[in-house]
Amino acid sequence: MEKLLEIDDLTKVFSLGSILSRIRITAADNVSFYIKPAEIFALAGESGCGKTTVARMILGFEEPTSGAIVHKGKKGGKSKNKKVWFTEGVQAIFQDPFGTFNPLRIVDRYFFETIQNFRLARNNGEAIKLIKEKLNAVGLSYKAFCGKYPSEFSGGQLQRVSIARALLTNPTLLIADEPVSMVDASLRTSIVNLFKKLKEESGVSVLYITHDLATAYYVSDRIAIMFRGHIVEMGPIEKVLIDPKHPYTQLLRESIPEADPKRRWSKAITLSDIEHEEYLREGCKFAGRCPDVMEKCKGEVPNDVYVDDVLVKCHKYTGNRASFPYAETQRRAS
Amino acid sequence: MNQTILRTEQLKAFYVLDVLGSRKVVKAVNGVDLEIMKNEVYGIAGESGCGKTTLLNALYGAIEPPLRLIGGKVYYRVNDEEIEVSSLNAEEKRRLRWEYVSYVPQGSMSVLNPVIKLKESYRDFLDSHVSGKTKDEAFEIAKRHISALGLPHKILDAYPHQLSGGMRQRVTIALAALLKPRIIIGDEPTTALDVVVQRGVVQLLKDIQDKLKNTIILVTHDMGIQANVADRIGIMYAGKMVEEATTEEIFSNPLHPYTKYLINSLPRFGDKTTRESVPGSPPSLINLPSGCPFHPRCPYVLDMCTKQMPRHASPDTNHKVACWLVGEGEDGKAS
Repeated sequence: MEKLLEIDDLTKVFSLGSILSRIRITAADNVSFYIKPAEIFALAGESGCGKTTVARMILGFEEPTSGAIVHKGKKGGKSKNKKVWFTEGVQAIFQDPFGTFNPLRIVDRYFFETIQNFRLARNNGEAIKLIKEKLNAVGLSYKAFCGKYPSEFSGGQLQRVSIARALLTNPTLLIADEPVSMVDASLRTSIVNLFKKLKEESGVSVLYITHDLATAYYVSDRIAIMFRGHIVEMGPIEKVLIDPKHPYTQLLRESIPEADPKRRWSKAITLSDIEHEEYLREGCKFAGRCPDVMEKCKGEVPNDVYVDDVLVKCHKYTGNRASFPYAETQRRAS
Repeated sequence: MNQTILRTEQLKAFYVLDVLGSRKVVKAVNGVDLEIMKNEVYGIAGESGCGKTTLLNALYGAIEPPLRLIGGKVYYRVNDEEIEVSSLNAEEKRRLRWEYVSYVPQGSMSVLNPVIKLKESYRDFLDSHVSGKTKDEAFEIAKRHISALGLPHKILDAYPHQLSGGMRQRVTIALAALLKPRIIIGDEPTTALDVVVQRGVVQLLKDIQDKLKNTIILVTHDMGIQANVADRIGIMYAGKMVEEATTEEIFSNPLHPYTKYLINSLPRFGDKTTRESVPGSPPSLINLPSGCPFHPRCPYVLDMCTKQMPRHASPDTNHKVACWLVGEGEDGKAS
């Protein structure tokens, strides 16, 4: 099976506080997953669970403490050539489209700049043709786009513009970090439909980072649920979200407000008070809020086990100890 | 029992802007009639830029230039007497605020003063409304209030930046409920929070309403949240209320095409069929389309829609809708 991107035991440690009272937070703790070509992979979890840190490491904004990111069988690196090669294949879309673009700059400039940087066109005419093609793919017209400032677009439109910009290099993978959380609920569907269309028509893979499980369910093929730096559950979307195994996934699943007044929330939940405390917890990080907590959970980090093709990190389950599908990468790397 | 607590009559609030000598009028609230009852959660839904926040400002009586009250009136019922808000002077308004009606603004995670501890914020607040309390007394009140709402009271000793976004949001809501107001107005209190925290915030709002038996006006574009908390929902589009009904009715029998889109565009579990979002984008409030403002995006557009704005028809006593398709003339009692 071919893999487009492999994340291999990625770890990132941040130090907080002064020299005297330093605490170390493992924002990503041995995170491993892979993305296949033409697949939408969702990485979900609440804020502060480390999902953005993973995205930033993949994009090279953050240096991993350990672990490897392998794209099309090659490792990304620091040298300029490798970076250019990597960014041509992997493009990013960010949360806030109004923060993505400089408000005093016309948006076309970004498009021409990208074309120039990657030498995608030989002359102006070709460049415009390319831009038109990409705008068309996201459902915008060149006329309505040309010569405008970011403030002249609505949030949903500007997010489309930012997707069109990412598509210029014909990437094989889009890293979308919370692309719809700033967009109105009614327009979210149009953005995620666009990801579906790109996947089906152009074979683009998407790493869809979100806390919105409803849209994740709607577009993704596979999903990984992150909690305080760990992946706690990973597998095909139908299995993970329709029949969640990890108590945290169950909590997430129940907390999605359903547009059905007959099915309101009835149970009360406990929220974490301070993030640090959960990060620093020994054993299972979810033990403080878990409804099924056992003695064992407080001291011992659970192993990753496979239950019914789904990877689960919880003491409740005993199953085949996960033999990681990315073991072959490790062999190749060493 | 079911008494009106807040009522508006053809409320119109426009932003009047002077841009390089030419006058621009943004019709953000354009003739809204509301009747909000005691002890209910009234939800207002609609896309960004449809005038939801402006409507709340008008309800709260916080009308400051460039926003102007063009027409219509807002009435509060205070101690069985109807009070017209714009007739009050600044001092009377100030007294009503927080004690009678309080407001949780949008992005309230960042409304707390970042350089003082939360207990100082609470004391500031108590000082300006309840006189003659010592520092310790005020702290005691704040502590009891916070604990009663299920929040850890140690947060009073923290600075706002030490708390997570969800916690800050809940502290702000708790602050708004401190003086037991009869009406709490919440502007997108759950937006930009993730699902579990969102649920915590909704839980807190419901708890407060249970305890105080007051009215909550909740604005959010998230129909899932609306389904979960609201008793009645008003759907707003381009400064107008286009549909209003009980929550069950809105979700089981939406009549306005816009409401149908809002509800059907939501993805649901166990159903991966393609969902359509509302086509096009919201109209500019400076330059509204003629007739029904939804007609350029409406798939069922009739000739009449482009010419005249439909009035509210009531197919049912608790259901109001402004759409020509529903047939105002035949069975509707036009308002």
